[in-house]
Amino acid sequence: MFGRLTLAAIPTGEPIALGAALAVLAVVLATLAWLTWRGAWPYLWREWITSVDHKRIGIMYCALGLVMLLRGFSDALMMRTHLALTVGGGSGYLPPDHYNQIFSAHGVIMIFFVAMPFVVGLMNFVTPLQLGGRDVAFPVLNSVSFWLTAAGALLVNLSLGIGNFERAGWLPYPPLSETTYSPDVGVDYWAWSLQIAGVGTLMSGVNLLATILKTRARGMRYTRMPMFCWTALAANLLIVAAFPILTATIAMLTLDRMAGFHFFTNDAGGNPMMFVNLVWAWGHPEVYILILPCFGIFSEVVPTFSRKPLFGYRSMVAATMAICVLSFMVWLHHFFTMGAGANINAVFGVLSMIIAVPTGVKVFNWLFTMYGGKVEFSVPMLWSLAFMSTFVIGGMTGVLLAIPPVDFVVHNSQFLVAHFHNVIIGGVLFGVFAGVNYWFPKAFGFMLDERLGKAAFWCWVVGFYLAFMPLYALGLMGMTRRLNVAYMPQWGPWTLVAAVGALVIFAGILLMLAQLYVSIRRRAALRAGDDPWDARTLEWAASSPPPAWNFDRLPVVACLDELWARKTGARKETPLWLDDKPFHMPRNSAIGVALAAAATFFGFAMVWRIDWLAIAAALAALTAVIGFAARRNLEVAVAPNEKAPA
Amino acid sequence: MTATVPLDDSDQLAGTGFEVHSDEGAAPREEVVGFGFWVFLLSDIVIFASFFAAYAVLRNSTAGGADSRALFSLGNVALETLCLLLSSYACALAHVALARRAAAAFLIGLAATFALGALFLTLEIREFADFLARGATPQSSAFLSAFFALVGLHGAHISAGLIWLAGLAALFVLQGSGARYGSRFFCFALYWHALDLVWIGIFTVVYLMGVLP
Ligand code: HEM
Ligand SMILES: [Cu+2]
Repeated sequence: MFGRLTLAAIPTGEPIALGAALAVLAVVLATLAWLTWRGAWPYLWREWITSVDHKRIGIMYCALGLVMLLRGFSDALMMRTHLALTVGGGSGYLPPDHYNQIFSAHGVIMIFFVAMPFVVGLMNFVTPLQLGGRDVAFPVLNSVSFWLTAAGALLVNLSLGIGNFERAGWLPYPPLSETTYSPDVGVDYWAWSLQIAGVGTLMSGVNLLATILKTRARGMRYTRMPMFCWTALAANLLIVAAFPILTATIAMLTLDRMAGFHFFTNDAGGNPMMFVNLVWAWGHPEVYILILPCFGIFSEVVPTFSRKPLFGYRSMVAATMAICVLSFMVWLHHFFTMGAGANINAVFGVLSMIIAVPTGVKVFNWLFTMYGGKVEFSVPMLWSLAFMSTFVIGGMTGVLLAIPPVDFVVHNSQFLVAHFHNVIIGGVLFGVFAGVNYWFPKAFGFMLDERLGKAAFWCWVVGFYLAFMPLYALGLMGMTRRLNVAYMPQWGPWTLVAAVGALVIFAGILLMLAQLYVSIRRRAALRAGDDPWDARTLEWAASSPPPAWNFDRLPVVACLDELWARKTGARKETPLWLDDKPFHMPRNSAIGVALAAAATFFGFAMVWRIDWLAIAAALAALTAVIGFAARRNLEVAVAPNEKAPA
Repeated sequence: MTATVPLDDSDQLAGTGFEVHSDEGAAPREEVVGFGFWVFLLSDIVIFASFFAAYAVLRNSTAGGADSRALFSLGNVALETLCLLLSSYACALAHVALARRAAAAFLIGLAATFALGALFLTLEIREFADFLARGATPQSSAFLSAFFALVGLHGAHISAGLIWLAGLAALFVLQGSGARYGSRFFCFALYWHALDLVWIGIFTVVYLMGVLP
C-alpha cells in the first residue's frame, strides 16, 4: 500500500536528526497557526500564492532563498562545531552516517535552494522593470516555475523527518550513488527534488530569455540595455543550454536505480565517469548562471554609488558573453584526476585560466568606475567593495586549481572547499546581499535599516575570512574534504578558528534578520521615494512599489542610463512616454501551486515507490493543465491610473 | 517636462532626435509565444543530445550480449521513417489549411498526422517487444540501456504529441479556431517537425551506424 514507506522511516534511533525534524515541524506548524489566527490566508492566496506578477514572484523566490539559507547554514554550523569538538581527540556529536547526510544536504540546499532562488528571484524582479516592460513574457508560466522550485525545496526538507537524505555529496557520484551502495531513499530524494526544481528553473530560463529578447521597451536597443539585463541574458542562455543536461543525467541515474539500467553501474558495461562528465557539463555553466547576474548587480550598484556611468560598458558586455561561451568548454577541470591524459588536461587547464581574462576585465571596469567618482559607502556599495577584494582571492586560487599538477595535489582537499566558498560566498552571496539591499526600497517602498545592515555586513565579511582562510592552510596540510574528524594535531588551531568564523557569520545572519524585522516595524519612518539612491536605470522611474503593470505609461528609451539622462537633462531631447492606452494584464492563476502540489506528491511517491499515489498525482497534474488550457477570460483590461484589478 | 507618443505612430518621432523605429518595443503576442516555444524546443534537443552522447559512449558496451548488428533491421526502420516524415508532411498541409480557414481539410490533415504518428509508434513498440522477447532488455547491457532510453525518449515524445494533437482537434471541434488557436497549433507543428529532426539523428547514429560496417 505505501511502497517502501513504513513507520521505520521516522528516524527515532537518531536523536539529533529527530530533534531537528521535530523543531522544523514545530516552527512550520506555529507559522501556519499564526497565519490562520491572523486570518492571513485569503490575502496570501489572492496577493501572493496565485499572483502572476513578476515582482511578487521575484520576492517569493528571495523569501524561499532566505528561509533555506537558515536551513543550509544550520547544517554548516553543525559541521563546523562538530569538527571543532574533534580537535584533540574528541569524537564530536555527529555520527559519521549523519555527518555525510549533512554535508550533502548543505551543498544541495545552498546551491539549488539558496543561491538559485535568490539569483532567479532578483532577475525576475528587476529585468522587466529595467527593460521598461509590464511583466515577463509568460507570467503564468513564471508562477509555475517558482512553485516547482518550492516543491523541490519541500521534498529535500521532507527527507529530514521521513527517511533520510543521501550521503554521497551534493553531486552523488556513481557507483556510490547506485542501488548497490546506496539502497535507501536518500539518492531518490535528491533525484526527484532536483528534477522537479530543475524543470522549474528551465522554464524560468525560457521565460526570461523571451522577456529580454522580445519585450524590451521601444528604443531599448541591445547597446542601451542596462548591464544587469545583459548578465541576465547570458545567465538565462546558460540555463536553457545547461539545465537540460542535468535533467537528462538525473533521468539516467533514476533509470539505473529504479529500473535496473546500466548507464553508470560498475557491471554490464556501465560507465560511472560518464555521470561525472555529464553532471559537470551542467555544473560548470551552473556556477556562471549564479555569478553572472551578481556581476550585473555590481555593475548597477557601483555606478550608482560612484555617481559615474559604468566604465567600459561595451567591454563589460563582451566579457559577459565571452564568459558565457567559455563556461561550456572547461568542465573537465573538476576531475583532472580522471586520467584523461596530459594533453587533454592541458587543454582544459588553459581554457580554464583564459576565463580569468574577461573576469579581470570586469574587475578593472568596476575599479575604473569608482576612480574619480564620488563614492558613497552605502550598504550595497559595501557589499560590492567586499566582493571585489574577496572574489579576486577566490579567482586566483581558482587559477591555481586550473593547473593540473597543482590540482593533483589539492584535489578534493580543504583547499578546494576554501576556493569554492571563496567565490560563491564572496561572489554570489555578497552580490545577492548587495542586490537585496539595493532593490528592497523599490520592492516595498521603504528602506532597510542602514546601521543593522552595516553591522551584518561586517560580521559576514570578518566571519567569512575567519571561517574559510584557514581551510586553504588545512588543504595544503593534507586535510581532505568531507572529513568528519580533524585527527592531526597540526590541524587543530585552524579548525578552531574556522569554527569561530562560522559563529561570527551566525551573528551576521541574526543581524540580517534583525535588520528585516526592525525595518518592517519602522517602515513609516523609513519610507522611500521612487528613486531613493539617485540611480540611473528605468526601474527607478516606476513608483515604489510599482503597480502590477509597472509603468502607467511605458518609457521610450533613447540612450544607456535613460533615467539619468532624463533627470540631469544631460540630453537635449524631451523624455518620451508611450500613450496611455488601456492594456491587458493576465489574471491570477492557481495553476502554479496546483502543479507544484501534484509534483510534490509525485516526487514523494516515486521516492517511496507508492504506485497508486504517483498515478493519481500525474492524473491530477494533467487535469490541472487541461483545465487551464480550456480556460477563457485569461486577461483583465487595465486603464492606467486605475485601482488594481480584483 | 515630458511628452507622449501614440503607440503605433513612429512618424511623430521624426525630427525629435530619437532614433526609434516602429518595429521596436515589445513584439506581438504570437511572436513571443512562438519564440518562447522555439527556445523550449532547443532545450529539449539538448536533452536528446545528452542521451545521444550517452549512447555514443556506451554503444559498444554490450557486456557479451547482443550488439546492434545482431538486433537492428533496417527494413523496419525505413518504414518507421517513412511514417514519421509523411506525418510531418500531413501536419504541414493541415497548417496551410488552417491558414486558409478550410476547416474540413484541416481536420483531415490532423487525422492523417495522427494516424501516421500512431503507425510509427506501433512499429516502434513492435520492435521493442521483439527485442525483449529475444532477451535483449535494457537491463542486460549498457548498450541496450542507452538504446532503449534514447529511442524510447523519442517514442515518449511522439506519444505526448499524439495526446496533444487529440486535444487540439477536440478544442477545434468544440470552440473553433479562436484568438489563440493559431499560435497553439504553430507550437504543435514546431514540436512535430523537431521530432523528425531528432529521428533523423537516431536513424543515422543508432541504426545506420549500428548496422553498416
Ligand atoms: C555561510 C557559511 C558557510 C559555511 C560555514 C559552510 C561550511 C561548509 C562546510 C564545513 C562544508 C564541508 C566541507 C568538507 O567537505 O569538509 C561545506 C561544503 C559545501 N558547501 Fe558550504 N558553507 C557555507 C556556505 C555555503 C554556501 C553559501 C554555498 C553555496 C551557495 C555552499 C556550498 C557548499 C557545497 C557545494 C559544499 C560541498 C558539499 C559536498 O561535499 O558535497 N556553502 N560547507
Ligand atoms: Cu568549473
